[in-house]
Amino acid sequence: MNDTPIHELMACPKCDALHRARHLAPQERATCARCGALLIAPRVRSFLHVVALSFTAMILMVGAVFFPFLKISTQGMSHASSVFEVAMAFSEGWLAPLSFAVMALIVGLPVLRFSALIYTLWPLANGRPAWPHARRIFRLADQLEPWSMAEIFVIGTGVALVKLAGLATVSLGPAFWAFGALIIVTALKNAFLSQWTIWDAIGQS
Amino acid sequence: MGRNRTELSVPTARDAGLTGCTSCGRVWPMGTEHCGRCGARLRPVDRSALQAVWAWWAAGLICYIPANLYPMLRTATLGHEQTNTILGGVIELFAHHNYLVAAIVFIASVLIPVSKFIAIAYLALAVGNEQRAGGHRHLLLYEIVEFIGRWSMIDVFVVAILSALVQLGAVAAIHPGPAAVSFALSVALTMLSAQSFDPRLIWRGPARTEGP
Repeated sequence: MNDTPIHELMACPKCDALHRARHLAPQERATCARCGALLIAPRVRSFLHVVALSFTAMILMVGAVFFPFLKISTQGMSHASSVFEVAMAFSEGWLAPLSFAVMALIVGLPVLRFSALIYTLWPLANGRPAWPHARRIFRLADQLEPWSMAEIFVIGTGVALVKLAGLATVSLGPAFWAFGALIIVTALKNAFLSQWTIWDAIGQS
Repeated sequence: MGRNRTELSVPTARDAGLTGCTSCGRVWPMGTEHCGRCGARLRPVDRSALQAVWAWWAAGLICYIPANLYPMLRTATLGHEQTNTILGGVIELFAHHNYLVAAIVFIASVLIPVSKFIAIAYLALAVGNEQRAGGHRHLLLYEIVEFIGRWSMIDVFVVAILSALVQLGAVAAIHPGPAAVSFALSVALTMLSAQSFDPRLIWRGPARTEGP
C-alpha cells in the first residue's frame, strides 16, 4: 500500500485500519477488513433521494408542530396539547431551560439537520459544484445526528398513553401521525446517506 | 479461525505514519491539524482523549444522583397531591399490575443509565490492557452504548407529555419535578462521554498504547 497516492487511502473511523478507497458499483458495499464497520455504501441517485426526503420531513414537521398532538378527556373535562405546549411544560420557574432543550431535541435540531442536508446535496444532485461552506454545514449535519430525537419522542408518547390509560381517555391528533410519518421518512433518508460518497463529491468540486 | 492472522496483517493509518480523519475517512500525514477535505480537527490516536471521557462521565454520574433523589412528577388528583421519584414511579406501576410499563420505565431510566456508566468505565479502563483479538467484543459494547444512550431521554419526554396534557384543573394535574432536569443533564453528559471515547484505541493492544 506504500505506493498508493495518499488521496486514495481511507482510514476506518472505528479502528484506524488503512484501506484503498475506490468508487463502487451501485449495489456494492465496502466494510472494514478488521472491525466490519460500514465504510462505503453508494445508492443510485441517492443525493436526490436524500434531498426529496428531507423536504418531505420538513413539511411533516410543520404539521407536527402546529396541529393538535394529543387530546385528553375525563369526567366531562378535556384538554388538547400541541407539541409546542409539550415542550413548554417545563416553562415554569427554574425548569425553563429544559423547555428550550426539549424543543431543540425534537424540533429544532431535526429541522437544522434537514436544512443542512438540502443545502449540501442540492447542488451536488444537480451535478454542480458544492455551495460555499458546504463542508462545515455537512459536518454539522453529521454531528447533530445523535441529538435529533424525534423518534424517541414518539415512543415516549406511547409510554405516556399507557400510563394514562386508566386515568382518562386520550385521543391522537393529526400531529401524532405526522410525527409517526416523520420517523419513517428520517429512517429512509438515513439509509440513503453514504458519508464517504458525499465527502468524495464535495472534495471533487 | 483465520481471524487472528488477518488482524495482525491489517495495517493501520498510524502504522503508515498517517492520521485518519474520523469525520470523512481521508488520511493525512501525521501532524496535520485539520482535514483538508472536510475541515474537521484531526484527532491522533492516543490516550489523552480518555481524560475527556472521564470528565463527562463524572459529571454525568453527579447529575444522576439528584435525578434519583428528587421527585420526577407531582400529581394532584381531587385535592390530594403526590410526588414520585423515578424508582417510586416504577414501584407504583408494579403495584398497580402494570408490569409491562413498569418494565419499560425501569429499563429506560434505571437499567440503561447504570449499565452505561459501568460500560463506559469498563471500556476506558480496558483500553491498553487487551489483546488485539479482543477488540471485536469491545467494539460491539461501544456501539451498543452509543446506540442506546439517547433512548434514556424517553423518560424526560414522558414527563413533558404528561405535564402538558394532564391539566384538568381540580380533577387531575401533573407537574414536572426537579429530577427531570438533572436526569436530562445526566443523559446528555453520558452521551458526550461516549462520543469522546475514541474506538480506535480499542485496537491498539497492550504495547502500542503508550507514546507516539
